[in-house]
Amino acid sequence: MQVPLDNDMAKRYRERFGAAILDAVEDRKQPYLVVACEQFSEIARYSRDVEKFDLLEDYTAVDWPRREKRFDLIAVLYSFPHNMRLRLKIPLGASEQVASLARIWPTANWLEREIFDMFGISFAGHPDLKRILLPEEWQGHPLRKDYDILQQDEAWVRENLGIESGQ
Amino acid sequence: MHDDATQKNTLLGADELVLNMGPQHPSTHGVLRVKLKLDGERVRGTECVIGYLHRGVEKIAEHRTYQQFAPYVDRMDYVAAVSNGLGYCEAVEKLMNVEAPPRARVIRTILTELQRIASHLLWLGTHALDIGALTPLFYCMREREEILKIFEKYCGARLTTHAFRIGGLQYEAYDTLEKDVERFCKDFERRVQEYVDLLTGNSIWIGRTRGVGVLSAADCIALGASGPILRASGVKWDLRRAQPYAAYDQYKFEIPVGTNGDTYDRYMVRMEEMRQSRLICLQAIENIPAGPILGKVGKVLKPPPGEIYHSIEAPKGILGYYIVSDGTTQPYRVRIRPPSFVNLQALDKMVRGHLVADVVAIIGTLDIVLGEVDR
Repeated sequence: MQVPLDNDMAKRYRERFGAAILDAVEDRKQPYLVVACEQFSEIARYSRDVEKFDLLEDYTAVDWPRREKRFDLIAVLYSFPHNMRLRLKIPLGASEQVASLARIWPTANWLEREIFDMFGISFAGHPDLKRILLPEEWQGHPLRKDYDILQQDEAWVRENLGIESGQ
Repeated sequence: MHDDATQKNTLLGADELVLNMGPQHPSTHGVLRVKLKLDGERVRGTECVIGYLHRGVEKIAEHRTYQQFAPYVDRMDYVAAVSNGLGYCEAVEKLMNVEAPPRARVIRTILTELQRIASHLLWLGTHALDIGALTPLFYCMREREEILKIFEKYCGARLTTHAFRIGGLQYEAYDTLEKDVERFCKDFERRVQEYVDLLTGNSIWIGRTRGVGVLSAADCIALGASGPILRASGVKWDLRRAQPYAAYDQYKFEIPVGTNGDTYDRYMVRMEEMRQSRLICLQAIENIPAGPILGKVGKVLKPPPGEIYHSIEAPKGILGYYIVSDGTTQPYRVRIRPPSFVNLQALDKMVRGHLVADVVAIIGTLDIVLGEVDR
């Protein structure tokens, strides 16, 4: 169901950013661009200011542990003037950092904190990067594929809740 | 935004203090903790502490089949379970490239609009209660009960309904569904007028809500705030109109907007939304197409590898599902974009400079559900 995306918008992105646009795909009629993490910040700014994707609707990640670049960051952009969505996908190695979007879209602040919490991806220039849903002292990042569904930070649970593992 | 809030939380001025509001506080609608930095009674900064209800819904999804996961989404926004279910079922349907039959889509629309009314009623009752008006709560609960009775008759459950199935519906509409919905809608017009009489012109209500928690349209978009919050700031935008799903393209309805983006405007927008939902229900029961209620989906769902993002206009704002399939019976990744989580982020901007009592009003006007914030 994936076909190459070859419309005017994809061409504009390719002209402007060249090799930083690694791929342009349409999956089930929804377009996404795979972009290099080094230029992500400029591409995001361009998307907002020139292509008028004014809303960062969602920002999340997917873990592919067997791939060379382990993570995919996915930013879902929505444009009010054009009534359309575009996803930006950023492949990211386990130890790589990516620039924070919080200065471009303030809504990225909490969304990036959640990605940091769940996947352990860190964002350069984030105003307050710390865990958001789990306790701050928690060890481990639950949405990574190598984190078992029954696993938890047993030391934290014992110390703070006074119980042995709940499972 | 938060950078100076947290810095100043640790560096207090001589006449400043930090007050913890919640996690056990009746006006936080669940377990939300807000650290308020106060100068006298004025709020100078906030920090939200969330996650008390975190159950790892997205992790659970990776270990269930597509059908098995459907009941879990009801437990996120547990006062609007039907809307959650609709978003999830439609996302999986798009992923599989199937469509629900017309009859199923119309019944889905009716139930989802009833759910919107129920969700707004609960918001209205508790919001008014927080501000000091006790009476509306009883009225709102009375009308909400009628909607829950319809749900109960339809699928046996009142709150976590699991009303829809991937590909359509499990249950055929019961015999008197149209009549029940019609009776509720006929009655409801008068009921809304009762709330309006109690609140809209009430000088205490106006005093507590006008000019409180103002968000401009640009702020809303930058912060990702959606739903009634965005519309109250003057943006005439609703996913039901912008990118219609279910059967919304068949019905006429208005998108109410506000001008000032304050708590009063958000109140007016939600009141009008309830009226519009009522009109949609009335249009929908006029003509429920005959035919099957479940499309051609197998017992074992194996969507082809790939990904989908689908979002709907839930009562609280944009509810999005991003699902990645690797071709097996279990989703590789399910991401849920909850409206409450994103909307709550606007709290800091909205409360700065206001009094502590206004924080209560602003948390109420955001209409958050912590089950959805924490997932």
